[in-house]
Amino acid sequence: MARFAKPAEGTWTEHYPELGTGLVSFADSISPEFFRLEREAIFKRTWLNVGRVEQLSRAGSFFTKALPGLGASVIVLRDTEACVRAFHNVCRHRGNKLLWEGTPRDETRGNARQFVCKYHGWRYGLDGACTYVHQEKEFFDLRKDDLRLAPIHCDTWAGFIFVNLAAEPLQPLREYLGAMVGALEDYPFHEMTERYSFRAENNSNWKVFSDAFQEYYHVPPLHTHQLGPTPEAQNPEYEFEGAHYQLDGPHRMVSTSGTHKHNWPAEHLYPAEALTRSGSTGPWDAPDLGATLPGVNPSGIPRWGIDNFQVFPNLEILIYERRWFVTYRYWPTSHNTHVFEGDLYFVPARNARERLAREYAALTFKEYGLQDCGTLDGTQMGLEQGAFDDFPLNDQEILVRHFHKTVGEWVAAYAARSSERAEEPTR
Amino acid sequence: MSDALLPPRFIEMERWAATWCLATEPQRWALRLNSSMAEMQAFYDAFFPRAEDAIAHCEQFPLDDMPADAERLLQLLYSLLMVSYAVEVWKQPEVINSGSARIDRILEPRP
Repeated sequence: MARFAKPAEGTWTEHYPELGTGLVSFADSISPEFFRLEREAIFKRTWLNVGRVEQLSRAGSFFTKALPGLGASVIVLRDTEACVRAFHNVCRHRGNKLLWEGTPRDETRGNARQFVCKYHGWRYGLDGACTYVHQEKEFFDLRKDDLRLAPIHCDTWAGFIFVNLAAEPLQPLREYLGAMVGALEDYPFHEMTERYSFRAENNSNWKVFSDAFQEYYHVPPLHTHQLGPTPEAQNPEYEFEGAHYQLDGPHRMVSTSGTHKHNWPAEHLYPAEALTRSGSTGPWDAPDLGATLPGVNPSGIPRWGIDNFQVFPNLEILIYERRWFVTYRYWPTSHNTHVFEGDLYFVPARNARERLAREYAALTFKEYGLQDCGTLDGTQMGLEQGAFDDFPLNDQEILVRHFHKTVGEWVAAYAARSSERAEEPTR
Repeated sequence: MSDALLPPRFIEMERWAATWCLATEPQRWALRLNSSMAEMQAFYDAFFPRAEDAIAHCEQFPLDDMPADAERLLQLLYSLLMVSYAVEVWKQPEVINSGSARIDRILEPRP
């Protein structure tokens, strides 16, 4: 029995009639051809999050970021005008990867006034302009003033840095993010600068993994232990329920009712939870950032727990009631592999007690995340077996339904544009 | 000159310090997966009753200026939390139903 009211139509899914209620195909998650189309249609044309502005603390701060599956490394930097810019991490001379540390497969970060290519010593300023060519007179008709690093469209919103690999993005970033995601603009993300970063290489399609994190239907069966050590705590009907769902263009969100463990009796807690006053919902003692925070819990559900924003295509922002947030990014590297990046952000710990509470939350994230990674391997295998063509989704899985529909629409629109171009007469 | 690793009040934990005082999560994770449940249960049983004392000791100092012995005590607390999942939750070193998956922590605050 649902504890929260559904829309007038009776279900969230029927509230958005364009979704339908029929069986859903996951053929989009097992096809090498669809993977290639998706890369062109979506990943080379949408805004992709590559980090936060706090990673660029002053003029000349930079980091490089691999875009797994896209065969690209980008330099993201703060220039002398405090503007965040991005360039392909490639030297204009002979195409060498410009910045790396350790091996060229690795990325780097730091602070610089200029960038020097390790290969032939060409140099570039923070504006991407070439400032020095070794033995310049040896070249033919070289106009150094025209030599630049290749720029990439780059913009920021609420401190999140996005790049867009298209020659001309279809929409500016803020327009692309729309009203629902845009409402988070003034959320105090910038206060939460203490970061724990995780990376995984998973044996599943990126959407299969993302699907697991846009429904809470799987939590009681798969993550039984997460709820607590006692049968009462592990009651599958208890806690954790998607209370409000919202769609806005290609983006989607769900608000959950909370598991407010800070109010639980001790017998339903693990001893380490009670010791650290922390766990899967984060450190219990939330920093004081004001009573209400902008943009979150848009429907005002009581006992709010988490807002889960799915920013198309591959960014998830999880905002917790206890004043911390998490981002997930999924980078497809083939039809059945992807790179997963998870980042946890906290208001910085002021002492060892607060640090331990964050450490326990970060541990908890990994323990239960491993159950998701391990299981999704099996989902991919099952889908590829081809025993079934399509699958039933319930009302709590509305975001899964919307996600696959949206991906399909972007790929279809791209294919239609491509075939139009192919049919244009050559001049 | 004492060669104790931990603050004097925690002398009974010295026998665990050489093994479990580890600065990074990847080190602690690897040790958990390579330890027996008997070893981890013994460490947990010895240290958990002193954990609140240990936290109180560590929190006297600023995080960016901890005495070396207090920083090692903090590392021992991190290991206690790492071991707690094996002891309290999974009853085995590995996460139940994690299959062949791995998730690497690639950045964390220090200490």
